[in-house]
Amino acid sequence: MNITTFLKRGVLIVRVEGELDMHVADKFRQKIDNALETSGVKHILFNLEAVKFIDSSGLGVILGRYKKISAAGGKVLVAQIQPQVLQIFELSGLLKIIKLYNSEAEALECL
Amino acid sequence: MAIKNQIKIYLQSLSENVAIARVTAAAFAAQIDFTLNEIEEIKVAVSEAVTNVIIHGYEEQQGQIQVIMNLYENKLEYIIADNGKGIADIALARQPSYSSDPERMGLGFAFMESFMDELDVSSEVNKGTTVRMAKKILSSAAH
Repeated sequence: MNITTFLKRGVLIVRVEGELDMHVADKFRQKIDNALETSGVKHILFNLEAVKFIDSSGLGVILGRYKKISAAGGKVLVAQIQPQVLQIFELSGLLKIIKLYNSEAEALECL
Repeated sequence: MAIKNQIKIYLQSLSENVAIARVTAAAFAAQIDFTLNEIEEIKVAVSEAVTNVIIHGYEEQQGQIQVIMNLYENKLEYIIADNGKGIADIALARQPSYSSDPERMGLGFAFMESFMDELDVSSEVNKGTTVRMAKKILSSAAH
């Protein structure tokens, strides 16, 4: 798994590549939490274009970040989700709380 | 019912092996004309079962996980067994959102149930747990 994080218009953008399961969950969580802490931004945007697999361990990290960020009044956005990952998001109920966008630009427009 | 093909693997309870288990499960499923979507569902279900063993069965300590894959005429079966601490209340553990950890969704069994056509869990405290799940093969899908 590879994670790139950077700031754009006051949003933490997280680009993830690989498979999000229990093997990478801790590293995924730490990387995001560190970036959130050092940047102090309110919103987070996950670009999941290169995520080919996710299970409940990977979803748990995203849900955990959602809880943290929404408690502080921020938003969690997801861009470029792939069909197989979308199916898991749908079933988990995460789509009720997290909005999806076709691109990073589109997501940033909506904030 | 006769078994047409079978794979048995033993994995150490290490997080690295979750991916190996699901990729092997997908490779075994590829002998049937399942859709990519169905193969993806099998990958998630097996990933959840093996993750449960590592986190809950062995509590991230060393242990052995047995994965048996059986191909029957009308179904593909996956059995994931461990000698871990077992589940005291299976009905409770199978409830969606049952998790002791806020970072986990408690959706492992819910995903297995949604993505497979059959799911049986048997367990004995301090002896281990066996999860058996199967996906039906429609007659048009078999080679």
